[in-house]
Amino acid sequence: MLDWSQWASAISNPASDLGELVWRLRLPRAAAAWTVGALLSLSGCLMQVLLRNPLADPYILGVSGGASFAALFGMTIGISAGMIPALAWAGALISILIVFSLARGEGPWSGTRLLLTGVVTASGWAALISLLLTLGPDGSLRGMLFWLIGDLSYARLPYWALVILLFIFFICLGMARSLNVLAMGETTARLLGEPTRKLLWLVYLLASVLTATAVSIAGNIGFVGLIVPHLMRLLVGSDHRVLLPAAAMFGGLFLVLSDTLARTVLAPRQLPVGVVTALLGVPLFLLLLNRARVKQ
Amino acid sequence: MSVLSCKNVSVTIAGIQVANHLDLDLKPGQFWGLLGPNGIGKTTLMKCLAGLDEPAHGQILLESRDIQGLPRKLLARHIGMLQQHTVYVFDSSVMQTALTGRHPHLAYWQREGAKDLEKAANALSAVDLEGFSTRSVTGLSGGEARRLAFATLLVQQPDIMLLDEPTNHLDLRHQIRIMNMVQEKTESECHSAFAALHDINLAARYCSHILMLFGNGDWCAGTCSEMLNESSLEKLYNCPVERLDSPKGPRFLPAAG
Repeated sequence: MLDWSQWASAISNPASDLGELVWRLRLPRAAAAWTVGALLSLSGCLMQVLLRNPLADPYILGVSGGASFAALFGMTIGISAGMIPALAWAGALISILIVFSLARGEGPWSGTRLLLTGVVTASGWAALISLLLTLGPDGSLRGMLFWLIGDLSYARLPYWALVILLFIFFICLGMARSLNVLAMGETTARLLGEPTRKLLWLVYLLASVLTATAVSIAGNIGFVGLIVPHLMRLLVGSDHRVLLPAAAMFGGLFLVLSDTLARTVLAPRQLPVGVVTALLGVPLFLLLLNRARVKQ
Repeated sequence: MSVLSCKNVSVTIAGIQVANHLDLDLKPGQFWGLLGPNGIGKTTLMKCLAGLDEPAHGQILLESRDIQGLPRKLLARHIGMLQQHTVYVFDSSVMQTALTGRHPHLAYWQREGAKDLEKAANALSAVDLEGFSTRSVTGLSGGEARRLAFATLLVQQPDIMLLDEPTNHLDLRHQIRIMNMVQEKTESECHSAFAALHDINLAARYCSHILMLFGNGDWCAGTCSEMLNESSLEKLYNCPVERLDSPKGPRFLPAAG
């Protein structure tokens, strides 16, 4: 363990050994973890309003499936690790466009049609991923598995991800009151003056871009996007003007904490962070749910 | 205060004709009652009036402009609708929900101000929900949820109120309170109201005009005293009706046998 003076010297001397460790390994990884956590939590909040279902998570509509397939395909054919995020992003984009064009159709908004299109597309990707895992070379299986569980070991924060996060965060904050109304149902929202068809597609696209960005950095980290929005609803209520900032902040923090545990619990072995988020998230969630019920 | 008018409107749902060639003016100060048997399309007609659905034929005009071409936000400042059912999926507080009525009056980034809070508080106390502000909407009883939905409509302050069975789930006291409030809005503030009702006697007591839907697209409209009599009601509900005269006007009961 380092004491405070060692920390201070490490931070003020980036050229020293410790400084190098902090500045080139730990901080970028923590920043990546925070960003991914915030991206997923924000996306989860939006998906839950979009599908008007508190059980929706960022991966339900197949965005991550497309990203995973593309990333794993890249690993199978031996593409350089640096190219994987771009490939994942492209796969996610293809998936977003497939679902968007199939579910859009004519006539009024149908949440069920979007949900079914998304879920079926996700299953399609899952089948293709299984195929890749079956046929892929043994040497790359471990890397693929880590990617599918969600792993930050090699994650570096690409600045564009932070830009996307901040940009979409402010758009969402601006329309937070509309999201509140939308959460009361599409008809109610229309009666209260929202052009819901446009708004819902916008929410779909924003949520998908958030998910795609998160997945392309760190793979399919589970539970964060489902549990953090829930926890925050329990703690700060469901007004999106408060909920969205709270979910982004806490989601980031939660993933930094999870990743630190993933790195240290079995050190020098590193766990994929997705395992830790699930192991931490599930009991935490059940506990809070139980306490909330007792309070009522 | 604005007029909502139907010009030669035909409404159908799933092959059923609700109303054919309907001409109707919903004018300031009028309180319309919409009567008709179950499944005849009362809700569908209301949704058309609110601009949620499009009529198969004809136009619905708000101050002589087709409502299909108007932005939703503008519509929401003039037309409000109490839906037949209100389901709250996400938890929220009673006050927060009542405040959503201010949504069409606020700009993109704008927050609710002191005036908005005051309006919401007044509306809540008007429906006997003062003291419920911080309660969760998912824990409300059916009648309380109904009153909250009506309070939200009051906060929205539309000058045309569409009410789909407003007295559902309500006890006697609150049925009367809500109908009184709607009547007061129409009489002293020159708003207009259009309510689907199943209680003929509430219609007889409060409405100034009646629209009856008979099925197959047949309809009949007029003032309350013209429209409500044994023969029209018997035809409407296919059920024998008895008339009792009270000092406050006629009352109608299903006839024995």
